[in-house]
Amino acid sequence: MSRILALFDGSIYSQSVCNHTSWAAERGSASIDVLHVLGRRDGPGAPADFSGSLNADARAILLAELAQLDEQKAILAQKRGRLILDEAKACLQRAGATDVTTKLRHGDLVETVQDFEGGTDLIVIGKRGEAADFAKLHLGSNLERLARSSHKPILVASRAFKPISRFLIAFDGSASALKAVEFVEANALLRGLECHILMVGSETEEAKASLDQTTTRLQALGYTVHAKIESGQADAVIAAAVESEGIDLLVMGAYGHSRIRNLIIGSTTTEMIRSCKIPVILCR
Amino acid sequence: MDTIFLSRLRAEWLGNIRGDLLAGLVVALALIPEAIAFSIIAGVDPKVGLYASFSIAVITAIVGGRPGMISAATAATAVLMVTLVKDYGLQYLLVATVLAGILQVLAGLLRLDKVMRFVSRSVMTGFVNALAILIFMAQLPELINVPWITYLMVVGGLAIIYLFPRLTKHIPSPLMCIAVLTAASLFLGLDVRTVGDMGELPSTLPMFLLPDVPLTLETFLIVLPYSAAVAAVGLLESLMTASIVDELTDTTSNKGRECIGQGVANMATGFIGGMAGCAMIGQSVINVKSGGRGRLSTFAAGIILLALIVGVSDWVSVIPMAALVAIMIMVSIGTFNWESLKNLKDHPRSSSIVMLATVIGVVATHNLAIGVLTGVLLSGLFFSWKIAQIFRVSSTLSDDETARTYVVEGQLFFASAEDFLTAFDFKEVLEHVTIDVRRSHIWDISSVAALDTVVLKFRREGARVDVIGLNEASETIVDKLGIHDKPGALERLMGH
Repeated sequence: MSRILALFDGSIYSQSVCNHTSWAAERGSASIDVLHVLGRRDGPGAPADFSGSLNADARAILLAELAQLDEQKAILAQKRGRLILDEAKACLQRAGATDVTTKLRHGDLVETVQDFEGGTDLIVIGKRGEAADFAKLHLGSNLERLARSSHKPILVASRAFKPISRFLIAFDGSASALKAVEFVEANALLRGLECHILMVGSETEEAKASLDQTTTRLQALGYTVHAKIESGQADAVIAAAVESEGIDLLVMGAYGHSRIRNLIIGSTTTEMIRSCKIPVILCR
Repeated sequence: MDTIFLSRLRAEWLGNIRGDLLAGLVVALALIPEAIAFSIIAGVDPKVGLYASFSIAVITAIVGGRPGMISAATAATAVLMVTLVKDYGLQYLLVATVLAGILQVLAGLLRLDKVMRFVSRSVMTGFVNALAILIFMAQLPELINVPWITYLMVVGGLAIIYLFPRLTKHIPSPLMCIAVLTAASLFLGLDVRTVGDMGELPSTLPMFLLPDVPLTLETFLIVLPYSAAVAAVGLLESLMTASIVDELTDTTSNKGRECIGQGVANMATGFIGGMAGCAMIGQSVINVKSGGRGRLSTFAAGIILLALIVGVSDWVSVIPMAALVAIMIMVSIGTFNWESLKNLKDHPRSSSIVMLATVIGVVATHNLAIGVLTGVLLSGLFFSWKIAQIFRVSSTLSDDETARTYVVEGQLFFASAEDFLTAFDFKEVLEHVTIDVRRSHIWDISSVAALDTVVLKFRREGARVDVIGLNEASETIVDKLGIHDKPGALERLMGH
């Protein structure tokens, strides 16, 4: 692991994103890019004028008016953005990170991250955003969009950081779950931590074989592995296991199904991120 | 990918619901008098323009490429159809509308919107100024040989339009102008021309109908020139309005999709008995000014317009023409780029000439397409004239005075080929001539021919001629060598 991209938006999750980022950076000895994106100004900027009349040079006057209003808003947003970044940098440095660079960009969060994720190995984002605090247990509007469009693993920070000693891989044998296993194999991030693998479903031969194979692969790397198959509703079983085993971090493949399917039967991924109150690493 | 598409769709339709609906209402109210006035310009019943405005607004809201832009029946397209209506009647106008739509869809599929880059800012300014003049001129029949009371009403109407917003900005002032003038003429029993005198108003929802014309090649050839002009002018004004809205809202739009959207809207409009239209600069500015940003604003404008005209057509028929004339004068004043008059003095003379030529071309022919073509050609000419100046030939004589080296620098093309030829002194007696073209760019066949001529002339005088760097210089004839698609082509083109 060499570079971590941390997304800060000035919400109450900022402290936690900072802690999770510095934890990951320390374990993976990575450099940190801190990114804040100034969103688009939507909706009308000018005070509404319903007079419907066109004066001479109406277009030029209107353009000047709108540009002036947008300018004022943009200057404010920029100042705020710099403050958020400065604070994030200070926080990361207090936590011991040395190699921190900050970036302030205009645009859509998801599109900006797509532009930036090239050399990045892990993206850190808060579970919920700045505007999402009014409804408890709802996810940030950008999280799912980001997880679906990004090609990099994403660490979703929970509300508060807790030292991490045990992690659980939610395993179903699918391609995205194997990606999650590959992530654990390939990165120093989770080395030396206690590893749990939980497979939800009926105990078929096929399932057992694929679980055993994964266990062997991880044991070869020196992990202490506890593997289990349980039947039931995936999100409920996993949430219960997280609770009872005292798991500190969930690693899972994300959004293996299409949006249409999710629209009808809901997404397991979204459900799990929401119901487990611990950080989650999503691999796609 | 689908995530981004869905969220964009939601933002375009539902991102600004309150602002869009209010702005849509204001625009719908402002569209009624304009649609009637433009129908009268084209010489058809007001319902033709009103139905067209409804259908074009609603369809471009859905399939257009520029959210927040208002399209409807327009003056620009109306003036093109006058003679068609006069000579052949309404049914041919409907066919021409459908055909113009088909041409616009084709233009969109061929990405002809990219050709817009050749329309310079001066040409655009000329276009809007000419449009404003045409709108004003179309009002003249209502202002000549009429009772004196009409002038009084027009002046009163203009006063209301411009002064009422100082009182309140919550009621559209053109609507106020209509209400006051209508009330006055009814109350005082004035004998003035009303909208009802101009033709049939819609009392029902529009219906699908096939234009009643013989489907022959002859019909096609009659409408084709009109359709082509309408398609060209419609796209031009639409793309121009789209970039104006882009500028005002600081967002981008899909110009290719806008071409196809305009085409689809016109095709459908022809089949419900409406005339061709396009985007409207004035209305789009009003929309943005009233807080409209999304597709919902255009959609709402169309739906509200239809509801209003079907619901209150009895009232519409008693509106005095003077009220509409006042509103059209406002539109004309608002569309005209007054700053450009001041700029005539400050801007380079060539761009002022281009602007004026565009205006004169339009006003003389009543065809915006011809004016714009004139402007584009002129700006192309001026540009090549300027580039042709970036050209120099210097030379050095060898010590023994038997050899001379000519160094050619700059752009060699048809416009500079003549200067190139005269830069050489063929009377000088030399044994050896070297022409160094490494620092020049040979753009076309004219310059190759000029170089050939020079070499031949020197040979005839008995000199040995070497041309240095011909390969590098002629790399600029890109369509022949095709290096423009190889990596680093730009550096190679401009760098040597």
